[in-house]
Amino acid sequence: MTSAANGEQAMRLELNGITKAYPSVIANENVSLAVGRGEIHAVLGENGAGKSTLMKMIYGVTRADAGEMKWEGNPVQVENPAHARSLGIGMVFQHFSLFETLNVVENVALALPGNPDLEPLARQITEVSNRYGLPVDPLRLVHALSVGERQRVEIIRCLLQNPKLLIMDEPTSVLTPQAVRKLFDTLRQLAAEGCSILYISHKLDEIQELCHVATVLRDGRVTGHCIPAEETPRSMASLMIGKELPVPEQGEPVELGEIRLQLNGLSKPSDDPFGTHLRDIDMELRSGEILGIAGVSGNGQQELLYALSGEELIDTADAIVICGKASGRDTPGQRRQNGMGFVPEERLGRGAVPRMSLTENALLTAYHADMLHRGMIRFERVASFARQCIADFNVKCGGEEHAANSLSGGNLQKFIMGREILLAPKLLVVAQPTWGVDVGAAAFIRQRLIDLRAAGTAILVISEELEELFEICDRIAVIANGRLSPSKQLADTSIDEIGVWMSGMWDAPPNEEVSANA
Amino acid sequence: MLRLERRPEASQAMSYLSPLIAIVLMLIGGLLLFTALGKDPVEGFKVFFINPISDSYGVSELFLKATPLMLCAIGLAVGFRANVWNIGAEGQLIVGAVAASAVALYFYESESSQWLVLGLMVVAGAIGGMLWATIPALLKIRFNTNEILVSLMLVYVAQLLVSWLVHGPMMDPDGFNFPQSRLFDDSALLPILVEGTRLNLAFAFAVSALLVGYIFMYRSFAGFQMQVAGYAKDAARYAGFSAQRMIWIGLLSGGAMAGLAGMSEVAGPMGQITEHVSNNYGFAAIIVAFVARLNPVGIFFASLLMALLYLGGEQAQQYLALPSSISNVFQGMLLMFLLGSDVFINYRLRWKEAVA
Repeated sequence: MTSAANGEQAMRLELNGITKAYPSVIANENVSLAVGRGEIHAVLGENGAGKSTLMKMIYGVTRADAGEMKWEGNPVQVENPAHARSLGIGMVFQHFSLFETLNVVENVALALPGNPDLEPLARQITEVSNRYGLPVDPLRLVHALSVGERQRVEIIRCLLQNPKLLIMDEPTSVLTPQAVRKLFDTLRQLAAEGCSILYISHKLDEIQELCHVATVLRDGRVTGHCIPAEETPRSMASLMIGKELPVPEQGEPVELGEIRLQLNGLSKPSDDPFGTHLRDIDMELRSGEILGIAGVSGNGQQELLYALSGEELIDTADAIVICGKASGRDTPGQRRQNGMGFVPEERLGRGAVPRMSLTENALLTAYHADMLHRGMIRFERVASFARQCIADFNVKCGGEEHAANSLSGGNLQKFIMGREILLAPKLLVVAQPTWGVDVGAAAFIRQRLIDLRAAGTAILVISEELEELFEICDRIAVIANGRLSPSKQLADTSIDEIGVWMSGMWDAPPNEEVSANA
Repeated sequence: MLRLERRPEASQAMSYLSPLIAIVLMLIGGLLLFTALGKDPVEGFKVFFINPISDSYGVSELFLKATPLMLCAIGLAVGFRANVWNIGAEGQLIVGAVAASAVALYFYESESSQWLVLGLMVVAGAIGGMLWATIPALLKIRFNTNEILVSLMLVYVAQLLVSWLVHGPMMDPDGFNFPQSRLFDDSALLPILVEGTRLNLAFAFAVSALLVGYIFMYRSFAGFQMQVAGYAKDAARYAGFSAQRMIWIGLLSGGAMAGLAGMSEVAGPMGQITEHVSNNYGFAAIIVAFVARLNPVGIFFASLLMALLYLGGEQAQQYLALPSSISNVFQGMLLMFLLGSDVFINYRLRWKEAVA
């Protein structure tokens, strides 16, 4: 192998035999990867397959234990993100790192070296944003921007440094379908100009649409390469999980039963200055059906979930009726006793206590299920419940006595879903049931939800993933700006229609041209 | 270049090692201190740490001193585990002592049975401490005040209260105007456990309190709820555990135990109430609880260590001609070194070559 650079022919980025071990797991083992100029290269893999670790090493956040990285043919050791940026590597993170109270130019200026003048910078931002179709007003405050706009700011921030390699980590998880298309146009244009793109995603159809080549990771090792255009999403999924992907079976539609959840003009002003006010929400959910609520994040989902779970109380008790009981002023414990189960979006620190064992985390919500005797904990019962949950939901862990934070995000999600499902609730409210969970586990969780519905539970799913909602729901509604749209039977609507509704325009007459301003 | 680097996971081993490291560092600091004061460090060490417990009477004194510390620390630990920071055990101890003394003085020369008087004193002591702890609890629940500040400030109020009482209503009428109460009747004194020592029944209270505390913390659902709240507030809210209930349990358990400690002082070694009813036990117990990692077994041993510092300070006064505040210096060093070495639970030191 020659280390001498041949400027014209060398790959932009080459990784050879990268290995990185953490105390408990090997995150990457002998990973090799080559990205050419102007290539959009997908990195595919289940959760915990080692994608993020690999990207962090390229961007200089962590260091490899062994292996070599070549940048334009020359071996380099990336010391830190600033070094990575000086080489021409930019990264757009899944979770944005913008200051809400500053405007766009100020946010961009903070990321640039030195102390740039704001006026010329604002002109530069406008120039870049026009060139790549990323409209954003440089003088607006970030907290007033939608999620899609914030992502544009992040991308512009990278582009201003003329990157030769752009790393995108799950960029579409917060975008409406229309905004995704715009993003893809931008990325294609960048690639055409010679910028290489490393695109991390678990959305296979997007990878198929956008990426030139894909490298598949499984358990920290490269298990295959493919040309996405020549594959189907299903075939890529089986490459990724190493076996055939199960298809969720809808089964027979279930006879609708009694009303389990009813919202009557639920309104709640938000205390948070950047929060969303809930406005006059009506809804009805019956036993034996799954209602999905779609929406771009930050449109009132959090606030609605807090109101439903009882973590925030409502003054008017009958605004929320759970299993026939006016519950607006009931505590979460009372609502659970009344038959409600709830899976929050945040797993660590809300759905589970990070430092406590899985047994103790089972007790967190299962305490009504005969786990106590005169105020004392019946540890043997709790442990056997935890073991059942681990076995039934295929949770990969060291055992029920291990701490929740020793599990990967996907496995913890399976555990929490399992805990709530095994409690056989009459009403289950789930936020982002498969967020960050690999395709195999996601299919499994969706199947369990469908089975639970068949058993007569009323299920409310709030998710930002439209595909998921279309896969499991019977009815679907949209939340935008704190208002809830009427619901539609799945057969009567389409992803495109729901996409338009996500910008809050369900009152508009059909077929009207609507600019999707995510 | 030496760098402090975050550990990927908090180190369990370090969280138990840290108190031991702190003790060793405190001892080294003590030796340096003796040297700096012109004393022979070996002699100083002997006077401070060995002499107090060189005979069985000394050991009984050690347990006697450890008793109020154990009581206060176990009560505080219950709250600390739920992040309810009661810093006012000192004041709760004083008010408990005042309430118990009031009972003892009420029954003065009444010929009532010892068990009636002592029983009432125990109840009065615990209720007195709880009443004092009710104030920060109510203010926190009603107005979201900070319990650290309120409970701490109430310590000074309690000190003024006891000072006024022993200069006024509770002063011994035949006491030549000394600011202290009558000596209690024998019926108002706790029975001695070991003949020839001052070790009394309160030590049995303390050990029982540790046992009950252990069961509450590790076996009961209420204790579990408090631990959840301490580790992850949002998870406690999600699970539907009442935050108000935890504030009540946390502050009242601390108040009750501190009040009982106050009772055990006036009905034990003191036999009367004076201005100096508390020997800083309420504050020292905070250090005990932290050195013990809020664990009842740990509290037993940490209380003995802290009691040794008290006794050593008295010895140092007598034999080394050092001021009694030497005890406070050792306590302070212990807490400071503990907090310092606790950094290494979440961080570690790494050598790193400077980046060019």
